[in-house]
Amino acid sequence: MTTTYPFEAESPSEDLTTVGTPAVRIDGIDKISGAAQFVDDIDFGPGLLYAAVVESPHAYARILSIDTTEAEAADGVVRIATGKDFPYKFGMYMEDRYIFAQDYVRFVGEQVAAVIARSHREAVRAAKLVKVEYEVLAPLLDPKAAVADGADLIHPELGNYTHVPWFFPEADTNIAHWRKIRKGDTEKAFSEADFVLEDTYHVPRYAHCAIEPHVTVSRLDHAGRLTVWTASQSPHTQRHLFAEALAPLGFTHKDVRVITPYVGGGFGGKAGVSMEIIGAAMATLVKGRPIKLRWTREQEFYNTYQRQGVVAELKVGVMNDGTITAVEHKLYWDAGAYVEYGANVVNAAGLSATGPYRVPNITNDSLCVYTNLPPGGPYRGFGYSEFHFGLESHMDRIAEAIGMDAVEFRKKNAIVEGDELAYGAHMNPSGMLEAIEKTADAINWGVEEQSDNPNTVIGKGMALFWKAPAMPPNASSASFLKFNEDGSINITVSGMELGQGYLTVMAQIASEVLAVPVDKIRVETPDTDRNPYEWQTVASHVTWSSGLAVEKAAVEARSKIFDVIHQVYGFEDDSLYLEDEAVKCKTDPTFSKPLSDFVIEGIQTDDGTWRGGPIIASGKFMPEFTNANSDPATGQGGHPNVHYTVGATGVVLEVDKQTGRIWVRKAALAVDAGRAINPDLVKGQITGGLVQGLATVLFEDMRFDEGGKMMNPTFTDYKIPTAFDIPDEIIPIIVEVPQPDGPFGARGVGEHTMIAAAPVIGNAVYNALGVRITSMPITQEKVAMSYLAKITFESNQEE
Amino acid sequence: MDLNITVNGEPWALDVAPADVLLDVLREQAAVKSPKIGCERGDCGSCTIIMDSRTVRSCLVLAIEADGHEITTVEGLSFDGLSQLQNLFLANNSFQCGFCAPGIVLAATELLERTPNPSRHDVQEALAGNLCRCTGYEPIIEAVLAAGDGGAS
Repeated sequence: MTTTYPFEAESPSEDLTTVGTPAVRIDGIDKISGAAQFVDDIDFGPGLLYAAVVESPHAYARILSIDTTEAEAADGVVRIATGKDFPYKFGMYMEDRYIFAQDYVRFVGEQVAAVIARSHREAVRAAKLVKVEYEVLAPLLDPKAAVADGADLIHPELGNYTHVPWFFPEADTNIAHWRKIRKGDTEKAFSEADFVLEDTYHVPRYAHCAIEPHVTVSRLDHAGRLTVWTASQSPHTQRHLFAEALAPLGFTHKDVRVITPYVGGGFGGKAGVSMEIIGAAMATLVKGRPIKLRWTREQEFYNTYQRQGVVAELKVGVMNDGTITAVEHKLYWDAGAYVEYGANVVNAAGLSATGPYRVPNITNDSLCVYTNLPPGGPYRGFGYSEFHFGLESHMDRIAEAIGMDAVEFRKKNAIVEGDELAYGAHMNPSGMLEAIEKTADAINWGVEEQSDNPNTVIGKGMALFWKAPAMPPNASSASFLKFNEDGSINITVSGMELGQGYLTVMAQIASEVLAVPVDKIRVETPDTDRNPYEWQTVASHVTWSSGLAVEKAAVEARSKIFDVIHQVYGFEDDSLYLEDEAVKCKTDPTFSKPLSDFVIEGIQTDDGTWRGGPIIASGKFMPEFTNANSDPATGQGGHPNVHYTVGATGVVLEVDKQTGRIWVRKAALAVDAGRAINPDLVKGQITGGLVQGLATVLFEDMRFDEGGKMMNPTFTDYKIPTAFDIPDEIIPIIVEVPQPDGPFGARGVGEHTMIAAAPVIGNAVYNALGVRITSMPITQEKVAMSYLAKITFESNQEE
Repeated sequence: MDLNITVNGEPWALDVAPADVLLDVLREQAAVKSPKIGCERGDCGSCTIIMDSRTVRSCLVLAIEADGHEITTVEGLSFDGLSQLQNLFLANNSFQCGFCAPGIVLAATELLERTPNPSRHDVQEALAGNLCRCTGYEPIIEAVLAAGDGGAS
């Protein structure tokens, strides 16, 4: 059984000239010449004001009073904003957050007030003079403690919060959402299974660490127009949330304009709305003056979305022939103080926590738990990176326990097209088996390798991954396309160029349909006044969704072009085709009309009159087969995900038995891109995502003290990879099993490449040393201590 | 305080405060935006500039310390067309978001001037102070090695 897709994209199998080629990025020259403009690079003239935020030093406290008298008198101060100015809630999927804290602060770093001053230095200085009196409360920092009976309620009003219909908050608890999946009979399956393995895995919080910090400039002009320049993945969603939150002040969507130039890395951290709403609100207090708010690196760590921590209790049952019969996965998410976005991470994980396997009996519980840590939110992988660590570690352990090769075990159970998913819909076409085989080959799976160094051991590991875009069922994309006099094209879309190569891919899709070379197509970053709607650049969905919108616009432009030719020359539309920037005719090989002759001016007919005119077109895409309605108790009945992208990761590593140091010698990653519109860019996602994922397992880790304060909010103490910290060799492998409704068969790959990085290291360390580490990160210290414990235990046994 | 600096060959006479940081002065008073603000403590390298033929982190230099010095930013490399290294970065699709690119282009340019045929290890060492979160460095390292093979500009 397969999904019926209402829209059939251009055939993936036809001869292609641009799609599938490693075109040079259209934004490449901007970036290597210094021309690329990011928000902080825009000049706003001498009127620019600066803001600094007053932050809570406590993880949980009641605000007793705020005294701004001294700060107001400080040099350069223009205005101070507090929660009293903006008693308005906002939120992406659940409205649980205020622009500034109202009566309570719920994490260290939460904004209590903000100072607007004539210089950055004066703003920072005055912010320190704002006096806030608190009644300090005991924070809840652990999700298991927060769900325990009698735990304090972090949001006593939870039962009254507005949220999307697919969330199920438990009023009078700290559980903001509980995604349940019940399929088959897990209890019976476990009792009948030949082998059952149960364990708990721990994954801490992580930071995105885009090199560009969040920055926003906002200005309310004297005509009442609010313009916000932001480093954002989500210009239209930001406009929508600003307009909604500030509606009590009289703003409508047409009064709010969001402009998003190049973004210096997102990874989910710049999705939705976070600090930008502070800027948007403050602008309403100082008419006519732009206000800049830029997060410091420290704020970037503790007051933007963080990847949520999770405690994963996993139980899997199998038969002796290797068939998985049941999965029970209970995920306790440390979702932080506000879950307006993060609750959907929890939801996505709950729907898919079986991993890419065919499982007849499923019990998934994914609990979104409020804690007094910074708000959790989207991070590349969106919940999947987190639960794959335990799941894919578990699969290796089960294979070993029943005496099966870990790769054979995975191949036997890998989900394939038509298999039933946890929520009852069916799996899309997938190249999983090919991905497994190619990855295993690339690392010579099954061949033991010996180290020349007596102190080190070589280990190999494999892990699979899958992920579906997590979106509202009606998330949509749109595009406008226009020709210029010389036959060049401008396309406007509202997806964001985050570095993944989105603009280039959109140009390649239009190029393929219209036979205009990529270097004659300009695609630029959005301005919500001018560019058509896009939900957000998240979920690895824009190549697919926005790509379809661009493809449809290009197809519409093509049909308008053929229509003009038909009117003037009489050729039937179906005899016409585009090649080398010209219209040609199958029935008259001598006919060739360059696009530049007529796409603006039209074509003059024999009687001296003209036909045609400027060729303009639009396209939109919304998946019309999805729905998020399901039974809250079982998760059955809906079709929440559009499709899954799958793949496999393998590593060969060398580990020092005494020091625990790990060197990744070789890493291979195969991902089913459906169709790689630009193989160079897909390889870029593989290399970049893999290294980002490896860092989460090898050395990154957010640490909090007992008061809930992050202890390592700098690149000195929260280490991300340098040019030295990468595998000796990375082998990117592209698998192409077309997605039936993808543009030329394409589906997204951006997030997927980091998902299996953590378990693959865990599995390879086990393969090398025989120690299984069930908490991330797998640091040098943990490896050395675990191995020492193992050999000490073994030598004691011998005695 | 008076500050006289040359930025990409152009002399600037500026008035700065003693605590002003060179990065901010370049961006706000000397018309170059390619050195970026990433961490303001010397960790990330996105503010890298070349001062008198050596790369420095301009967030760690007081503006007044640059008095009388010559500064090159990536804008200065691009006046007469792209360098061979920049062309290789372009052809290899080496960068993604591009925020770290100005710093990395300068760090690699300095390396190739001192070590025209660098090893992979040399390249990794030269770039180790410039953080990139998007690429996994591999496509950047490849382009620098290719520039070396060709006899760098």
